[in-house]
Amino acid sequence: MSSSKESWGSRVGLVLAMAGNAVGLGNFLRFPVQAVNNGGGAFIIPYLVSFLVMGIPLLWIEWSMGRFGGKHGHHSTPFILDTMDKGRFWKYFGVFGIWTNLAVAAYYCYIESWTMSYVYHSITQSFSGLTQGQVAAFFNDYVNITTSTTGIPFEAVIFYIACLVLNTWILSRGLSGGVEKTAKIGMPLLILFGIFLAIRGLTLGSSGATVEHPDANAWAGLNFLWEPQFDSLSNPSVWLAAAGQIFFTLSVGMGTIHCYAAYVKSKDDIALNAMAAGWTNEFVEVVLGSLIVIPIAAGYLGLDWVRENASFGMAFQTMPFLFQNWGPILATLAGVFWFGLLFFAGITSSLAMGTPWMGFMQDEFNVSRKKSAWSFGAVVLLLGLPTVFFYNYGVFGEYDYWAGTVSLVVFALAESIIFAWIYGIDKGWKEINSGADMKVPHIYKYIIKYVTPVFLLFVFIGSLFTPLNNEWASAMSNLFAGNGWLLDNGSIIKQIMSTGLREQIAAATDAATRANLEDQLFYISGARILLTVVFASISALVYIAYRKRVAEGRTT
Amino acid sequence: MTTAAIITMVLTMVIVSSFVTYFFTKMLRTPPKSEPDSFSENDEVPR
Repeated sequence: MSSSKESWGSRVGLVLAMAGNAVGLGNFLRFPVQAVNNGGGAFIIPYLVSFLVMGIPLLWIEWSMGRFGGKHGHHSTPFILDTMDKGRFWKYFGVFGIWTNLAVAAYYCYIESWTMSYVYHSITQSFSGLTQGQVAAFFNDYVNITTSTTGIPFEAVIFYIACLVLNTWILSRGLSGGVEKTAKIGMPLLILFGIFLAIRGLTLGSSGATVEHPDANAWAGLNFLWEPQFDSLSNPSVWLAAAGQIFFTLSVGMGTIHCYAAYVKSKDDIALNAMAAGWTNEFVEVVLGSLIVIPIAAGYLGLDWVRENASFGMAFQTMPFLFQNWGPILATLAGVFWFGLLFFAGITSSLAMGTPWMGFMQDEFNVSRKKSAWSFGAVVLLLGLPTVFFYNYGVFGEYDYWAGTVSLVVFALAESIIFAWIYGIDKGWKEINSGADMKVPHIYKYIIKYVTPVFLLFVFIGSLFTPLNNEWASAMSNLFAGNGWLLDNGSIIKQIMSTGLREQIAAATDAATRANLEDQLFYISGARILLTVVFASISALVYIAYRKRVAEGRTT
Repeated sequence: MTTAAIITMVLTMVIVSSFVTYFFTKMLRTPPKSEPDSFSENDEVPR
């Protein structure tokens, strides 16, 4: 049996930790950008439909799989899946539930370290008096690790290591003593900071208009975000974007929910807990996330600027500049609140990423909690340093694409099939309802069995064969006219072949650009090899653990 | 803001806030289940 003696201290702590796992940087940065790029107010319809038919079912699937595994002493996906079916292959599919977390934690902690650093810079008023261009350049200098903005050599690396040490130390304190305490402090503060900034976004109006941006108006930003464009509902790419956002925001398909739920007692509820955590995430994303970045940016820079520049980078390259309009004290406060909010959103997620590896090491190799936490820190450091040093060569993006995007869909598709069709929906439904403190609508039995796997298959195939320029209607007519199916460079197939980058290299006219692009291709290939080696190593560990179980007569 | 945008925004936010309030309140008000549990592994954990 497992050597793990971990457990949650309280139900509220568990739900806040689960909500913290889901609430991440994407709630504030990715959601509004996706909404702006995909039809404004109409995006919310496919988004909420995806939440109802894919997000909620996956939450119940993962919570119940986790609690089921915990009953048998398993706290990570390889042996949770192994317990659900006799097929020996599934445990290797479960490797995704550890690998994804190590790879995502490697670059996610880097973003988290930016937020730590920017809290420091907000307090020391580093952005005071800087122009918009200078604030953007400040970020570029920061990620170009040879330039220091504080005088500390290799500042970005130092902050990254500090952030990783903090994560590891909290993890070494255990579930109730570390993760749960952090969630109980971090989540209320995050919501408090978010409400403060959301009120500013909602009440800014046209007071931020200047001679340079006379049409700046926060409400125009909100209008752009929420104005329904119903014609976009018939566009499959909008549905794919909405489904993709649900994946990122709920942290499903990662293995973290399974791990947290594995420490829930078998008699205790998971159905209501899953809803409380899932809807808390939706509140943070839809209510708070939509009222901060876009309206504040539109309130000072105008809607046209937002349309052209809406991206993840706005958080670091634009927001500190905009806060300067509020005077030195409020600017400092807003900076601390904004980057503090992002920090808490990040750390409650990155802590969750540590637990599957720790659960696996504790269960299978009797490694102590502290040693398993520090081994997680060491692996993430080795895996993460390339993202820090070669950020400008696309290593960061490569990790994000394979581990933070494709892997989630693949694993979620597999687990939905395993749960509903291999383990069996009748047993699965009983597992969801066991100890439930709410009546789970019966229709979900059929949604979990039929709709969720089909929806996930649609997302997977849509990502695998994304048509040129995401234009599904013209791709379909081309196909039926016998002209084949032209793939977009963003499709998984073209990504595997690095077609986009190779085309850029072929089109490069000057030697310096060509050399830079070739360097990018080299580092991206290196990143892929590293990620593959890590996956193979975890698979080998799973095999060793399995042989160990056989030798000890512990196979299920 | 247009009327359609205001309606979409307010309606969505009210729906999401209502659900989170309902589920969170229900969770907080539900009394804990009585011991002993069937998960023997956690029984050794001091409460």
